[in-house]
Formats: sequence, C-alpha cells, structure tokens
Amino acid sequence: MIWSWEYAFSILPEMLRAFVVTLQATVAGFALAVVLGLAWATLRMAPVRAVARTAYWIVEFVRSTPLLIQLYFLYYVLPEYGVSLSPFTIGILALGLHYACYTAEVYRAGIEAIPAGQWEAARALNLSASSTWLRIILPQAVPPTLPMLGNYLIAMFKETPLLAAITVMEMLQTAKLIGAESFRYLEPLTITGAVFLVVSLIASYAVRRLEIRYAIPR
Amino acid sequence: MIEFLRMHGPPLIEGLRVTLQLTIGGAAFALVLALVAGLGRRSRRPWLRWPATTYVELFRGTSAMVQLFWFYFALPFFGVSLPALVTGIVVLGLNSGAYGAEVVRSAIDNVPRGQWEAGRALNLGERRILFRIVLPQALPMMLPPAGNLLIELMKNTALVSLITLSELTFAAQVQRAATLQTVPLFALTLLIYFLLAQALLTGMRRLERNATRHREKRA
Repeated sequence: MIWSWEYAFSILPEMLRAFVVTLQATVAGFALAVVLGLAWATLRMAPVRAVARTAYWIVEFVRSTPLLIQLYFLYYVLPEYGVSLSPFTIGILALGLHYACYTAEVYRAGIEAIPAGQWEAARALNLSASSTWLRIILPQAVPPTLPMLGNYLIAMFKETPLLAAITVMEMLQTAKLIGAESFRYLEPLTITGAVFLVVSLIASYAVRRLEIRYAIPR
Repeated sequence: MIEFLRMHGPPLIEGLRVTLQLTIGGAAFALVLALVAGLGRRSRRPWLRWPATTYVELFRGTSAMVQLFWFYFALPFFGVSLPALVTGIVVLGLNSGAYGAEVVRSAIDNVPRGQWEAGRALNLGERRILFRIVLPQALPMMLPPAGNLLIELMKNTALVSLITLSELTFAAQVQRAATLQTVPLFALTLLIYFLLAQALLTGMRRLERNATRHREKRA
C-alpha cells in the first residue's frame, strides 16, 4: 500500500493550521479586490478620456500578466524602497491588486446594465454625483454581480498556493515542507488537493444559489 | 539600456521559448481534452458521462499549482516520473481542458434544439448531426471564452518555474539573483508576458472573425 492513513492522520493538524492561513489570505485579498475593483471600475468610466484609457490599459496589463511575477515584483521591489512587509501581507496585497482588475470588469458590466433613465432621473432630481453613484446606481448595479464576484472569490482561493513561492506557510508550502522532512509527498499533497476540492465544490454550490436568486427575470 | 538588453536579453528569450512550448503544448492538449470531456458530459451513456464529469470537477475544483506539485512530487510514488516540461504541459492541458470542457458543453447546449430535430427529420445520423450541423454552429460561441482560457493558460505557465523548469519567470529569477537589477528586469519580463497575451488575443480575434464571416456576408 502506497498510501498510509496513519501518516495522513498524523499530519492533519498541521495541514489544518495551514488551511486557516489560506483562508485568511483569501478573505483579506478578496476584501481588497472588492474595494479596489470598484475604484478601477469608476476610473475606467471617468468622463476624462485620458483617465479612462490609462485605467483601461493598467487593468489589461495586470490581468494579462502572471500573478507569480507580480508577487515576486512586490516581494523584491518594495524593500528596495524601504517598505518592509511580511510575506503574508505582500501575498494579500498581490492577490488583492490582481483580482481587483477582474472585479473591476464585473462592476463595469453591472453599472453598464443600469438603464440610462436612472442617470437621467437622478440628474432631473438635481442629485449630486456622489449621491447618484452611492444611492442610485451602485445599490442597483452591485447585487446582480454577486454571483460573478463569487466565482472570482473561488478562483482567487485556488490561487493562494502561489504564496508558497514567497515562503508564506499556507497549505501547499506546508505540504511541501512536510514532504521534504519525511520524503513522503503523496499524503500531504493529496490532502491539500482534497481540501481545495471540497471547499470549491461547496462554494460553487453557494454561487449557483446566488445565481438563481439574482437571475435576470426574462 | 543597450548594455542591459545585451546582458539579459538572450537568457530571457531562451526562457520565452520554453514558455511558448508550454503554452502551445498545453493548449493543444487542452483542446483535445475539452472536446472529448465536453462531448462526454453530454453523452447519454453513463460510462462516458461519469468519467468526463469526474475529470472536469476534479481539475476545476483543485488548484492548478497543487495539481502541478502533485504530478511532480506525488506521482513518482506510483512509479511515474515525468520530466518538468512534460509535467508542465500535461498539467496545464488537464487544468485548462477541464474549464474548456464546460465551454464546449455550454456552447453545444446553446445551439437551438430545432437544429437537432431538423437533422433527424432529414434522416441524418446522430453523429452526423453533431459534427456537421451542431458543432459548426457551436464553434463561434466557444471562441471568446476559449480566448480567455488561453490567456489564463499562458499566465499559468509561470507556475512551472516552481518545479524547476527554466521558462521565462525562472530565467528572470536567475538573472535577478545574478545582478540584482530587480525593477528593470521584472518590468521587462512583465512586458514580454503582456505582449505575448496581446499577440494571443489578436490571433483569437482573427479566428473569431473567420468563424463568423459567413454571417457578415449574409447581412
């Protein structure tokens, strides 16, 4: 028998501790992505063309280059400018900055789906720009985007193992170290995969429920 | 600037060559898997549908990087040791193929049922209807999401650097360690990835235009 249950159970507590780190990185990174994405989306729709174009190309650039290199960039470059953050914080920052460029597109689609009449009505009622956005447009635009945001949350969760590359002790890094200590990689890596599978399947089910709830009535 | 390029250019280009191999190899493998698994998931036969569904859920549900490490470090315990390049192509293909299968499946599902019925009314075989009538109409719907998947696959090639394959990211790391010119080096590497993504997108857009050109003619 290649697989040893005894060994698998013995490493389980350590793996679960690492899973908590994975979850923390996911939640913190996503919180950043949700807030920053909204900023990018509004910049991309800015009335000044130069601002909108610049925002478009920055979002495109970040979206079409690998997260791993972005992670390295922050990890090696920030200290050169005197900013010393823990690898865990840098990981959250990189995840948040990267996924903000995805959530920006989601928000934009949601905002563009708002009928022009809503903007016109807000103008007719002499509402300021900030109350138009905060009280009229966003409350209508954001809820339908929740399923898409949920999908990106799952996608981001599955990218947290990249933080292993900058020595964050999340699940994959822990599995690798356990494997290197005991020369048994099969159990820790399989447990890591299984945890990702179970969490993603549950999360996908939740997203499907959201989709049904916010389905556009036809 | 010229000195910088002369020093770092050749190793980065060598890395880019491996990145291209990974991208092309992985995409080719993913394409085959996506078609087989996508059709398999729609099959009436359980012995086709179940393996296809299991494959898709398994590879969509676990992380690409975990899959990569599993194939590189855990698979040897079953007596299968693959070189890093092969592992990279296989895992990238398996991962993107699972997402691609969903693209294939939903595109086929979106072809109106009347097309199947009309084919049956003309006494065509099921296979003929699928390959001559339904798939050609489903193809243009598959291309835009396939383009996104191709970009994701290209970005994921960077992960293969972590199992010691010297592709572009790995080359950038080696150069950085040698000269510590982190900012220009990583900026250049990011730029190369960005241009590669733009080239892939342009290619996909051309394919899309090609696949829909009969519609423009009719309009």
